[in-house]
Amino acid sequence: MNLLEVRALSVAIGAARPVDGVAFDLAPGETFALLGESGCGKSLTALALMRLLPAAARIAGGSVRFAGEELCVLPEARMRDVRGGRIGMIFQEPGTSLNPVMTIGAQIGEALRVHGGSAGRERVVELLAAVGIPDAARRAGEYPFQLSGGMKQRAMIAMALAGEPELLIADEPTTALDVTIQAQVLDLLRDLQRQRGMALLLITHDLGIVARMADRIGVMYAGQLVEVAPRAAFFAAPMHPYSRRLFAALPDAAARGQRLVTIPGSVPPLGTQFPGCRFVARCGDAMPVCRREPPPWRTPADGHAVRCHLEAAPAAALSAPGAAPEEKLGAGTAAQLEVRGLQVYFPIRRGVLRRTVGHVRAVDGVDLRLAAGRTLALVGESGCGKTTVGKAILGLLPPTGGGVAFAGAPQRGLAPARMQMVFQDPFNSLNPRLRVGAIVAEGNPAADVAALLEQVGLSADMAGRYPHEFSGGQRQRIAIARALAVRPPLLICDEPTSALDVSVQAQILNLLTDLQARLGLAYLFITHNIAVVDYLAHEVAVMYLGRIVERGTVAEVLRDPRHPYTQALLAAVPRLDGRRERVQVAGDPPSPADPPPGCHFHPRCPRAQARCRTAYPESVAFSATHAVSCFFAA
Amino acid sequence: MMFKPVLLWSDALFFLLLAAALGGVAWAARVEHLRVAWRRVGQSRTGMAAATLLLAFVAVGLLDSLHYRERLPGEKEAYAVEVRSALDALLSGLRTRTEKTYSAPLATHSFAKETLDAEGGGRDFPRLKYGGAHLGDDLAGQGADLLVRTVQGLGIGMVAWLALWLASAPLRRAAPGLAWNAALVTLLALCLVAGPVAALAQGYHVLGTDKVGQDVLYLTLKSIRTGLLIGTLTTLIMLPAAVFLGLLAGYAGGWLDDVIQYVYTTLNSIPGVLLIAAAVLMMQVMIDTHPDWFATSAERADARLLALCAILGITSWTGLCRLLRGETLKLRELEYVQAARALGVSDLRILSRHILPNVMHIVMIAIVMDFSGLVLAEAVLSYVGIGVDPNTISFGTMINTARMELAREPMVWWSLAAAFVFMFALVLAANLFADVVRDAFDPRAAR
Amino acid sequence: MLAYLIRRLFYALPILIGVNVITFALFFVVNTPDDMARMQLGVKHVTPEAIVKWKAERGYDRPLFWNDAAPGAGRLTQTIFFTKSVKMFALDFGRADDGRDIAREIGLRMGPSLAVAVPVFALGLFAAISFALLLVYFRATYLDFAGVVLCVAMMSISGLFYIIGGQWLVSKVWHLVPISGYAEGLTAAKFIILPVIVSVLAGIGSSARWYRTIFLEETTRDYVRTARAKGLSERLVLFRHVLRNALIPILTGAVVVIPTLFMGSLLIEAFFGIPGLGSYTIDAINAQDFAVVRAMVFIGSALYIVGLLLTDISYTLVDPRIRLQ
Repeated sequence: MNLLEVRALSVAIGAARPVDGVAFDLAPGETFALLGESGCGKSLTALALMRLLPAAARIAGGSVRFAGEELCVLPEARMRDVRGGRIGMIFQEPGTSLNPVMTIGAQIGEALRVHGGSAGRERVVELLAAVGIPDAARRAGEYPFQLSGGMKQRAMIAMALAGEPELLIADEPTTALDVTIQAQVLDLLRDLQRQRGMALLLITHDLGIVARMADRIGVMYAGQLVEVAPRAAFFAAPMHPYSRRLFAALPDAAARGQRLVTIPGSVPPLGTQFPGCRFVARCGDAMPVCRREPPPWRTPADGHAVRCHLEAAPAAALSAPGAAPEEKLGAGTAAQLEVRGLQVYFPIRRGVLRRTVGHVRAVDGVDLRLAAGRTLALVGESGCGKTTVGKAILGLLPPTGGGVAFAGAPQRGLAPARMQMVFQDPFNSLNPRLRVGAIVAEGNPAADVAALLEQVGLSADMAGRYPHEFSGGQRQRIAIARALAVRPPLLICDEPTSALDVSVQAQILNLLTDLQARLGLAYLFITHNIAVVDYLAHEVAVMYLGRIVERGTVAEVLRDPRHPYTQALLAAVPRLDGRRERVQVAGDPPSPADPPPGCHFHPRCPRAQARCRTAYPESVAFSATHAVSCFFAA
Repeated sequence: MMFKPVLLWSDALFFLLLAAALGGVAWAARVEHLRVAWRRVGQSRTGMAAATLLLAFVAVGLLDSLHYRERLPGEKEAYAVEVRSALDALLSGLRTRTEKTYSAPLATHSFAKETLDAEGGGRDFPRLKYGGAHLGDDLAGQGADLLVRTVQGLGIGMVAWLALWLASAPLRRAAPGLAWNAALVTLLALCLVAGPVAALAQGYHVLGTDKVGQDVLYLTLKSIRTGLLIGTLTTLIMLPAAVFLGLLAGYAGGWLDDVIQYVYTTLNSIPGVLLIAAAVLMMQVMIDTHPDWFATSAERADARLLALCAILGITSWTGLCRLLRGETLKLRELEYVQAARALGVSDLRILSRHILPNVMHIVMIAIVMDFSGLVLAEAVLSYVGIGVDPNTISFGTMINTARMELAREPMVWWSLAAAFVFMFALVLAANLFADVVRDAFDPRAAR
Repeated sequence: MLAYLIRRLFYALPILIGVNVITFALFFVVNTPDDMARMQLGVKHVTPEAIVKWKAERGYDRPLFWNDAAPGAGRLTQTIFFTKSVKMFALDFGRADDGRDIAREIGLRMGPSLAVAVPVFALGLFAAISFALLLVYFRATYLDFAGVVLCVAMMSISGLFYIIGGQWLVSKVWHLVPISGYAEGLTAAKFIILPVIVSVLAGIGSSARWYRTIFLEETTRDYVRTARAKGLSERLVLFRHVLRNALIPILTGAVVVIPTLFMGSLLIEAFFGIPGLGSYTIDAINAQDFAVVRAMVFIGSALYIVGLLLTDISYTLVDPRIRLQ
């Protein structure tokens, strides 16, 4: 018997239906993943199951049967026993999802009390220990702000486990976490699920996480499920054109040198009317019937259902029109940008006279070298100082020490004509009060706005519109056009695609490779996304706590990582084949205000020895390009 | 010339303000996000109703700001010392028909007994000179007379409303989709109140008379201008300093930020009422010791009104300044400002293109939110004796004089009631309008 | 923490000096003592001798900053600036126009002021928070809507009308309590009760509405959703989670006024004849007693600064996230 049966579930916000007729089953102990891009309705589906929808939204129809009981008609008082008791839930942002003024222990104890358990302190500590929080007894008395992001998410999980639920709903549980922490939390979820025989409803946008965790997968698009399949079948042969394109849009080493497959346009806005298939506007295989009639469910294989008019998926693999342009000749080897010993410290002031008692060493002696027309990826987890490096090179932050040389000449302060920056958040990088034309011409009033817009794949007539009329991907194109207006030979791209959906990310990556080929741009590409690095970059520098720990060409660093941190970072990335590597790191990165003595990585390093605790390892060269700061790199 | 126009300083500023408001409307029509926000205001029924009421008050205030001095009869070109306004001319009947002392609303007899000098003598309530004078000795006909006048007034009001309804048709066509019905209903209510009041005022003191026999309706209407001026000019005066210093502190940081923060913390730490009291006292000394500065008593009262606005402005700019500083600090770190810096855009240009337009909604909200508070503050300050000049007619001075008579038996309630009703209407409309504006302009509410 | 407090006290000093300079400028530079004397003695018909006498009586006959006539340190101390402004830091406020010692008078009048202001503060806060909670509990219903309309209407009425209305209804029509006056000891209660109720009523509209928005904003936070996902009832969510978080800005915002409670309320004390510092100030304003107004400005500012300090301290007490450095 199924634990959860969802039938024709619909959620309404006003006249719009962000969730429209979703149906799926979940067996005890099973993991079902709801996969989809932002705005497809997957989180609302989860909230609807718990009847925790925000005030504006309501359940418009359908049924949710949990262990034979219909949840949609349950009185609120009985529903409260289900919430947290039989169904637990954890959310995306551990930082805001815990009450900031209650101790972790009190919040867990509360959940225990509501569901009739013994709310004793031992039970709380036991739960905290079960989710892998070290020194659980002390941590129970701490407030959320005293815990790291990963610890907070563990505490959330402990709270969700308090009522011994039969089903755990995890809504993007690791999206806000760094990749090494993500691996820890995913492992924890898996272990707990096995021990307790819980079913898990996992909501995510990440195919890698699905491959690692799910037994079965449901792909959502524009409020509907479009494909449901067991993991093996899904990853072997996705059926729906949307699913197939999601795979093809993922950047990786295999796609290197080719254009990525993109899904044109973006997710339809809320309230769109669909006479036919919801995906038709973005589908490359659309037929006339797709525009007229909603596609029926078809089950080409046992347990594999797809909502599409196509009888059989096309045999040919998807490939993007045209190979990636040839790399521009003369992409030199002479350094265009040279960074030597760059330091950026932020003072910590204390005491009566606000004396500087220490420094946050955000960037602590970074050397970089980037040739014209090449791409250098600066890789690291949040808080490692990689964005600060970018801003200091650009001149937005004054360096504490070291310097930047451009084309051989030392550079101080801003140099608009030499380098520009593309920022992470497309929604904050454009002034909402200016028209696109004015934004693009910001740095160069004489710029040919129409030509620039066309260069980044927008139409010239968009110059008269305001930013809010554009989607995230389009905004990022506008930001790139603005930077190109001053014809800089170097672009610093600070996580330019991490706020975008996979399909849109592919569009921007294609644009960046095109521009590099056509204009001979050099990129300093700041990112945490290894797959993007593998696809795009020529050289890689891995950063940990303000310093570069390993540098080299992409092949050297990603295929033959020598630093334990690089190895752990690569191992932590969820892979599409679902395989897992064992090299993992424990714990959280330390604070740059108080870095550990010796090698910064030693407290988390599986190979650390006595000398690692006392001395910072010198950089060891393995080849002309490959260098590693580790005593045991060989 | 039959009269000589007089432009008091407060008139000039008031006109300037109206011109700025009109210019702002023209500008807002061209800028999309402003147009969208104001459209949201217009689509709100509460917003349109409150705006209609406020416009009626502004119209009265405007009439009362067209000042002149009448030419004295005679060969020589000489003008009266009293400065009057268009409103005074319009209400000259009300203004001139002063009784001896208190009389109740619509009364025909005085409120106080007096020794009548006619033979038969004794003390009785004397007949009013003007109130119900047209009735002659037929006092029994007063009820019928009141009824007839009320009905006539309702008719006039209805006709006026229909005229306005027709006149506003092009406006409604030009901007469909706004909550015009709410505006029209408010207008109808206004017309149906104003009509009978106007009709009755021809022969009676609709709201009674005060201690020196002045018509209370006239006083209340005159109070409107004072309230409006205090509510708007204060903000106008403090705005440039608040915006300039707030942006400067937030954007420049460093020692400039420290100095500006020090200045507003210091000003803020002085209890508002006391600072105002001290400043008004000192100003009064100044005005009193320099009588030669002012040609007429109206100019003197006007100077004191303006000075009060300035003092209120000095004590109230700190809040807005702090808000703007905080917002600028936030905006300064936003990515589009960083991008502009990376593009080599000058600081001045960043401030004017990127920061100022993105804090204007805060300024806008502050202007409308402050208005009602200032109108209320005027009443309290005038009551305490540190508000407007005692000769300036304002809600505060009205309440102050009326309060003395609360102890009388039976009570003289009409002055207070009139001030209460008009003030309540003005402040309530302002509060409701401010709420709608805030909801429309607050970017958080927009999402 | 201690270092922080010491530093804050250091910061307070320049602010107090600033206040002092501003008041000094207002009272002695904008207008000369001669002007003030003329004004006090009636603008016309003032003889120079009368002015000299008036100034001498009040100690305004000294030079502003530098006294060449005085010996030694007296050159600095025998000045208006020193005697009238600097001495305030030593809580020496001099004498009022009626010859009484201002510091002593302040000590006497503090009691009645506090007797009214403290209950007003506590009851007002309690009433506004309770009313706001009620509205939030019934949010998005007609009760909530009616409550908000009531709040807006109440805050659109001038405080003067609350006082006048209260006195008229309670004292004149119902004869429940005296219209005004004050007595020491327990009998004070019958004089205090009406001003307290009137003040609380006058303030509840705007504060309840403000608190309501704070509460409402808090109910949209992620942790509230977590609390519901735990299976907590709406009542528990509101009282245990939302209330605790929303009270932080509300209480710490209220703390800043606690020291200024000493100052009393100008309006209430004047109307109800309570012999506190508020009515003292108002009498001084009406009598144009500059010395008293100056003293009150200084004390008010000092108390406000203490309030700011208390606010910071209270943050550390109620919000575990804040550690002062």
